[in-house]
Amino acid sequence: MMREGQVHIPAGCAISGIISHDGSDIGGEDIVRSIAVMHDRSNGLGGGFAGYGIYPQYKEYYALHLFYDDERAKSACEAFIQAHFDVVNLSRIPTRKHKRIQNEPLLWRYFVQPLPTKLQESQLDEREFVARCVFRVNTDIPGAYVFSSGKNMGVFKAAGYPEDVGEFFRLEEYRGYLWTAHGRYPTNTPGWWGGAHPFALLDYSIVHNGEISSYDANRRFLEMFGYACTLLTDTEVITYLFDFLVRRQGLTLQEAAQVAAAPFWSQIERMEPAERERLTYLRNMFASLLITGPFSILLGFEGGMMALNDRLKLRSMVIARGSKRSYVASEECAIRVLDRETPVFSPEGGQPVILYAKRKEA
Amino acid sequence: MPAISYLYPAFELVRDESRCTACRLCERQCANGVHRYNAELGRMQADERACVACHRCVALCPTRALKVVRTNNALRPNANWSQDAVEEIYRQAESGGVLLSSMGNPNPFPVYWDHLLINASQVTNPSIDPLREPMETVTFLGKKSVDIRRGPDGRILPGGAPQLRLNVPVLFSAMSYGSISYNAHEALARAAQELGTYYNTGEGGLHRDLYRYGANTIVQVASGRFGVHPDYLNAGAAIEIKMGQGAKPGIGGHLPGNKIVGDISRTRMIPEGADAISPAPHHDIYPIEDLHQLVHSLKEASGYKKPVIVKVAAVHNVAAIASGVARSGADIIAIDGFRGGTGAAPTRIRDNVGIPVELALAAVDQRLREEGIRGQVSLVVGGSIRSSADVVKAIALGADAVYIATAALIALGCHLCRSCHLGRCNWGIATQREELVRRLDPEEGKRRLVNLVTAWKHEIEEMMGGMGINAIEALRGNRLMLRGIGLTQRELDILGVRHAGE
Repeated sequence: MMREGQVHIPAGCAISGIISHDGSDIGGEDIVRSIAVMHDRSNGLGGGFAGYGIYPQYKEYYALHLFYDDERAKSACEAFIQAHFDVVNLSRIPTRKHKRIQNEPLLWRYFVQPLPTKLQESQLDEREFVARCVFRVNTDIPGAYVFSSGKNMGVFKAAGYPEDVGEFFRLEEYRGYLWTAHGRYPTNTPGWWGGAHPFALLDYSIVHNGEISSYDANRRFLEMFGYACTLLTDTEVITYLFDFLVRRQGLTLQEAAQVAAAPFWSQIERMEPAERERLTYLRNMFASLLITGPFSILLGFEGGMMALNDRLKLRSMVIARGSKRSYVASEECAIRVLDRETPVFSPEGGQPVILYAKRKEA
Repeated sequence: MPAISYLYPAFELVRDESRCTACRLCERQCANGVHRYNAELGRMQADERACVACHRCVALCPTRALKVVRTNNALRPNANWSQDAVEEIYRQAESGGVLLSSMGNPNPFPVYWDHLLINASQVTNPSIDPLREPMETVTFLGKKSVDIRRGPDGRILPGGAPQLRLNVPVLFSAMSYGSISYNAHEALARAAQELGTYYNTGEGGLHRDLYRYGANTIVQVASGRFGVHPDYLNAGAAIEIKMGQGAKPGIGGHLPGNKIVGDISRTRMIPEGADAISPAPHHDIYPIEDLHQLVHSLKEASGYKKPVIVKVAAVHNVAAIASGVARSGADIIAIDGFRGGTGAAPTRIRDNVGIPVELALAAVDQRLREEGIRGQVSLVVGGSIRSSADVVKAIALGADAVYIATAALIALGCHLCRSCHLGRCNWGIATQREELVRRLDPEEGKRRLVNLVTAWKHEIEEMMGGMGINAIEALRGNRLMLRGIGLTQRELDILGVRHAGE
C-alpha cells in the first residue's frame, strides 16, 4: 500500500476553532473538549491541533516541530538545522503514554533563528529562508518531517482520534489566544502522522474539511513557484496556496479568499464597474488557484484566523461571534460544549469570516 | 490519359431502381459529374471513377434510392502491399506527381484521447448538477502575470496583458477564405459572435464584408502574408502568427491560381489567376529571435491591445519550441497535432510528419511548468478534437482551450470525403464555384455551428459536474482527473497520468 505522499488521499473531517479577542489565554483542554464532541466525524486515522501564542518565552524564534522515523533521520536533520540555524533550545515534545496512540515517531522541537551569515548569503528574506529550509528537510532528508515552523505557535498531530491526540500531547499544559483542531476521516490512508491536520508552513496553519476537486490544478500551479507538494493532501496544497497569495504576492486575506473561492462570473458581472474589473482581474490572473469541490477551512495566522467555505457551501460550518471569544466549528455542538449563549450563524459560501485577536504584549 | 487506367473506382454507387424516379436531382447536385441520365434507357447511370463519396446525392435523393459503398473489388490480399499502397503507385506512375490529400491524417495511429478516461465523484465528494448550480465555462486567454500592482489607496490596479474572453473553451480554427468559401467563413463568423468565442481567418485575409465580426475574429499572419495590412491587423481581437500546421509541418501552402478569382484575389491582395504560394518558412524568421521581432512588430502595429498567438505544428521537439515561443513575447501558443485538417497537403507529409497533439500538449504543458513560465502563455490545441470528451481531456491535460475546424466543417455538412483540394465541394464549403457556394446558407450554417458548440458545452458541464468541478479553470492541468487505459508506462509518463486502477 502506498504511503501518504505517493498517492492523493481525499478525506472528510471535523474542524473547530476558538479565538480570544482580548488575547486572554485559552487552555488547550478547551479545544480538545470542542473537537471531542464531533468524535463521529473522525475515524481515528488522524487528529491534530494548532495553538497560537503558546510559546511566549520563545516568541522571537521559529518553533520547528519534527517527526523522525529513526535516529539516523534525526542526526541528518539536526546536522542540517545546525548548519542553517542558531538553536536556542531543543527538546523532546512532551507526551504521555496513551493506549490508543501507537507507533509514534521520534518527536522533537527546536527553537531557532536563521544563522545571520547563511541568511545574508541566501539573499532571501527571513521567512522565505525558513520556508525553503522546511522544504529542503521534507523533500531531501528521508524519515524527517517538519510539521510546524511558525513563531510562537505550534502544531500537534498524530494518527488517532483528536481527543486522544490532545491527551497524548498534554495540550492542557499549553495556553494560547487561538486554537484550531481537526478530526480526520480519510477515505484511504495508511495512517501516517504527517498526513494528519493541521498542515502548517511558517505561521500559517490550515485545518480543512472537504475534498477539493481542483487539487491537481492547484498543485501543479504552485509547484512552479517552488512549493514541493510532498504529502499530496488537499490541506497541504491549500496551505501553500494561502502562503503564496498572502506572503509572497502580498494579497490581503480578503483578496486571497476572493481568489480561492472566487465569486461566480454571473455575480461579478452584476457588480459596479470598478469592483467588476478588480475581481475579473484577480480571478483571471490567479485562475489556477480557484478551489472547487466541498471545503470548509480555518486558516490560522499570527493574530487571527479566517474561516472560509467553498462557493456552493457544500460543507457545514457555523460561527459564534462573541465579544470575548468567537468559535468556528463544523457543527454547533462543538461550540455549545464551551459556550451555551453566543448565537451561531452560517456564513455564505465563499464569504470569508476573519477573526482577529488583540494579543497581550508579553 | 493513358489507354488503360489501373485504378478501379474506390466506391460503388448503389441505385435502387425500384425507388429511383429519374428526377435527375443527383445529376444536378454532383459537381464531379458522376450521375447522368441515359435517355435511351430512360434511367440514371453513374460513372463512379469521379465519385469521392461526399454523399451529397445520397443526402438529397428524395426517394433514398442511393447509397455509396466501398467497393469490394479487391487485389490479392497482402499485408505489406496494401491496396492503398498499390493504388498510390499506379497514381504516381500515371501522373508523375506528388500525391495530394485533404483533411486530417486518416491512418490508424493511436488516438490518445481514446486511451484516457475521466473521473467522477462518489461518496466523499458530491457531484454538482449543472441544471441546479452555476457551472462556469468562461475562459480567458492571454498572459497571466502574477505581479500585483496597487494604487496609492492600496487598491489593486487591474491591467496587464490583453486577454480574450471565451464563453466556452472552444474556438474555430484557421481556415482561409479561398480554401473555404465566403459562406462558410460567414457562418463561422456569425456563430463565433453568437457563442461568445472566436473564429480564425486563416492566411487568406479578411473579406471586407466580414470586418463587422471583428470582435470575434482572430486574424492570421502566415508566411505568404496574403491580405495583411494595418486595417486587417486591427480588425480582429487577436493576431495569430502561423508558423506551422499539423497536417503539413515544415511546408508551406499552395492555393492554385484558378481559385484566385474576384474577391479572393482582392482579399489576398494578389493578381487574379496568380498562384498563392506560402513559403515553407517565414522568410523573415530563421531563428527564434526573429519570431520575437515579428511578435513585437505586430504588437506595435496593433497598439499592444491584442494578444498575439503563435501557432506551431506538433513536432518532435515541440516542448523546447514552445518554451522558446513563450519567451518570445507571444501571449498564446496554439499547437496543431498531426491529425489536424488541411485544404490540401502532400499525402506523404500529412500521413508521416508530426506527432499526436495529446503527447505534444502534455509535454509542452509540463515543460512550461518546469520552467515556471506556464502562466506567461495560454495553450490552445487542435488537430483533432472530435467531441466534448476530447475537450475535457485536453483541458485536464493542460490546455486552456481547443481549436476545432474539422468538427466545425462536419457541422456545416462536410462528409469527410477528403477531396477539398479538387475545389468541387458539393456542400459549398471547400469550393469557390458560385453555384456550389450558394448551397451553404450562412444563417443555417451558423445555426448548426451554434448547436454543435452549445451541445458540447452542455456535455462539458455534465462531465465537470460529475467530477465536482464547477469552474473550467479548476479542470485545467488537473491530470488527476484522468487515467490512462491500455497505455505503456512510457506513454503514461509523457501524458503525466496514472493508469486506470491506480
